Amino acid sequence: MKNGVGQPVTRKEDPKFLMGRGRYVDDIDLPDLAYGFVLRSIHANAKIRSINTSEAKALPGVIGILTGDDYVSDGLGVIHAEINPNLLKGEAIQYPHAALVREYVKCVGAPVAFVVAETQSIAKDAAEIIEIDYEILESATDLSKVRSGNTPIVWEGMKSNVSFTYGMGDAEKVAAAFSDSAHIVKSTVVNNRITTNAMEPRCSIGIFEPGEEKFTLYSSNQRPNNARQAIANEIFEISEAQLRVISPDVGGGFGMKGSFYGEDVLVLWAARKYSRPIKWNSERSESFVTDSHARDVISDCEMSFDADGKVTGLRVHADYNIGAYVAPGGSISPMWFTLLLSGVYRIPAVEVVTRCHFTNTISTAPYRGAGRPESAFILERLMDMASNQLNIDPIEIRRKNLITSDEMPYQTALMFSYDSGEFIEIMDEAVKEANWSEFEERKKESESKGKLRGIGLACYLEGAAPFNERMEIRFDSGGTVTVVAGTHSHGQGHETIYSQMVSDFLGVPYESVHLVQGDTDKVPMGRGTVGSRSITVGGSALRLASDEVIEKGKKIAGHLLEVSPEDIEFNNGTFSVAGTDKSIDITEIAKRSHTPVMWPGELGMGLEGVGVFQSGPGNFPNGCQIAEVEVDAETGKVTLENMVIVGDVGTVINPLLLGGQIHGGLTQGIGQALFEDVVYEKNGGQLLSASFQDYTMPRADDLPFYDITSHPVPTKQNPLGVKGAGETGTVGAPPAVLNAVINALQSKGVTDIEMPATPEKIWLALRKAA
Amino acid sequence: MDVELIINGEEKTASIPPETTLLKLLREEFYLTGAKTGCDVGDCGACTVLVDGEAVNSCLMLAGQLQGRSVETIEGLANLEDFHPLQKNFEDLGSLQCGFCGPGMILSAKQLLEENPEPTKQEIQDAIAGNLCRCTGYTKIVEAVADAAKEMREEP
Repeated sequence: MKNGVGQPVTRKEDPKFLMGRGRYVDDIDLPDLAYGFVLRSIHANAKIRSINTSEAKALPGVIGILTGDDYVSDGLGVIHAEINPNLLKGEAIQYPHAALVREYVKCVGAPVAFVVAETQSIAKDAAEIIEIDYEILESATDLSKVRSGNTPIVWEGMKSNVSFTYGMGDAEKVAAAFSDSAHIVKSTVVNNRITTNAMEPRCSIGIFEPGEEKFTLYSSNQRPNNARQAIANEIFEISEAQLRVISPDVGGGFGMKGSFYGEDVLVLWAARKYSRPIKWNSERSESFVTDSHARDVISDCEMSFDADGKVTGLRVHADYNIGAYVAPGGSISPMWFTLLLSGVYRIPAVEVVTRCHFTNTISTAPYRGAGRPESAFILERLMDMASNQLNIDPIEIRRKNLITSDEMPYQTALMFSYDSGEFIEIMDEAVKEANWSEFEERKKESESKGKLRGIGLACYLEGAAPFNERMEIRFDSGGTVTVVAGTHSHGQGHETIYSQMVSDFLGVPYESVHLVQGDTDKVPMGRGTVGSRSITVGGSALRLASDEVIEKGKKIAGHLLEVSPEDIEFNNGTFSVAGTDKSIDITEIAKRSHTPVMWPGELGMGLEGVGVFQSGPGNFPNGCQIAEVEVDAETGKVTLENMVIVGDVGTVINPLLLGGQIHGGLTQGIGQALFEDVVYEKNGGQLLSASFQDYTMPRADDLPFYDITSHPVPTKQNPLGVKGAGETGTVGAPPAVLNAVINALQSKGVTDIEMPATPEKIWLALRKAA
Repeated sequence: MDVELIINGEEKTASIPPETTLLKLLREEFYLTGAKTGCDVGDCGACTVLVDGEAVNSCLMLAGQLQGRSVETIEGLANLEDFHPLQKNFEDLGSLQCGFCGPGMILSAKQLLEENPEPTKQEIQDAIAGNLCRCTGYTKIVEAVADAAKEMREEP
């Protein structure tokens, strides 16, 4: 079927974007628009003795200046995170934060005052002359020091910096496995701090209609219904009907825009206070300082093996840096990390303890992968270390321990049970694609040019598709179709994918399907797009909505064709009476369903269906990535020569768009492995990597073309057989690349390199080993 | 100050404060929002437009420098019925995702193809290395530029 499921259909969204007609929040201009600028803390930890805004307020063009005291006196609520009670060990301590702080600043970038003015430059000028008297306190920003306990306490009155601890598994069973083991591989694995850098900086516009007492928020957000729920109920204590949240085109989210931010509150609050629409647009340096960061976890890991090289136990004691204020999504990465530490392996006993620490840094929260890359990195580094220590080939040691397809469904020693997967077959396919068997020849060739060469693999799995989802299909009286989606596309191409699906399910022309999303006045409920969930959960809900349309259509067809609905069959857009040539097209049914008079009440008005799909345990996309690198020992520079990925994302709906998802994910993973690093000054707590000059983003000339193969094993967890696709690239790439780099350096005596594997680190490691 | 310039083939004038950048002039005076503010300091390329045929970061250029010069933005490149080969090939390969970097990326590529109709993969990668994209990993963008170059050579 043309444009149907499985076809490489080009994107419906593209003509708009290719002509520069995308409409992102900053592209929206409104009459009487005023501008907000956030004055932020320049200290990592300080007491605010006083704030003097009088001179700034007098500046011509300044409309008003708001501080934390105003926030409290206006009675606005605070922002907090949900901690998963099923994983929580002991007590969770949060310091829910206001959109403007008072008394203390706990990280560089903490919002101290909101200046509203006629123009952005006036607002900035005014912010510069606000006088703040700080009493500077000692700060704790470095996780390696924080986990050892040798740093100041971030929140006064706490005994340690631990906010909450997640735990899972069986410590006694692991201890028993360790005492019976033939080998134990031990390592402290560092997963460095990175930041999202969506190309569109965060942007918000707040509007307040005093007549209707209704707020409108335009925000670059992945989950507008969630933002409405939280901001209405917890911040303003108004009914959700009094807040409309619109997420128009969003220029990349990657999880970082998955929750609302304080600035969303500030523009709404100021709009009400000053009776003007207010825009706040993050500057790039501000994005670096205030967008939630990600990863930043150090883990003490031990993996035990029997004499045959089979894993018998795993212990991971991890420390996450969650920043000074727990972000709304701040507990999500530690949760996925904790739950997924069995990965693709048969590990009889696992114990995970994940301590989450306050530090004087900005919050960490989900970024593409969210905990899954961190767990996969540990398992794949340990496998390579075991390969060396036990002297077993890296492919063979994995083969001994990978869960086989005939062991499915496989119950891990942690929570999850995997329904499907062909991990060994996928590894073998990747090994073949990468031409691993001839690696030694390529290595010799590199050596003849004076270069080192390495190859590394990573077998990995991730958990996808959280929460339930609602999708609605509505036919209008002309017969065209609108999908009202609870998900939110911000680059993924949902309008294309959903059109393919509806066209397939209902036999309507692909072109006749339109998407409504990202507006809480139009989408009654939905959970937005995070966690590789849209096509799996949203798509399955769309299937159910289609089934409801067909059931209603049968009743209408029965009425029109004067037979019982049970005698109606539906096939590819046509309702027909079984065993006759009497039939009626779905488009005609849709038109007739809008008949205003002489229409049976039980047939309703119009043709529509609502589907809600509960994803249950979700699904487990998986794959194998193989990286091959050349390292210049003189400079330490790594060149990524080849990148192979064989992936199982279940049934493929659109291979063209899937390719894009994999490419993007891979690049973000490679970015962390080789280039990207958020660096805070060790003592003062200043963010040193706060521009694209200091934070290295992957650029077009840094990367090879990727070799991508699909190995679909449809899941039974949803009616479509699809698994999540958005995050797999990011999960496997860091360990594959690091394993390759370390493999290249091994002959020179280097056994470990922390991410990112920059020329400086490699050069120093080579000198140290020599 | 006043500035007279040509934007997408049309003569335009604007009265603006002297610190106005070309990017602000386009976005705020003429509502041409295809050029994006990605960093405002010339690091990301999202604001790329062509000035007298040359790709520039419009966030780094003052509008006052544009007196009498010609600016081409993504809005001037084509319409729905008549895509430029770059736009057509970007569409065919699904080269864009969120779309934010697209206008700048396409205009950087346009300058490349005007100067070098048969670029190598490396030359394409170099030409767009100043345009950051977080979604795509660049592969499909580089492929689309190569395909567009081929198409333009075959059907000039």
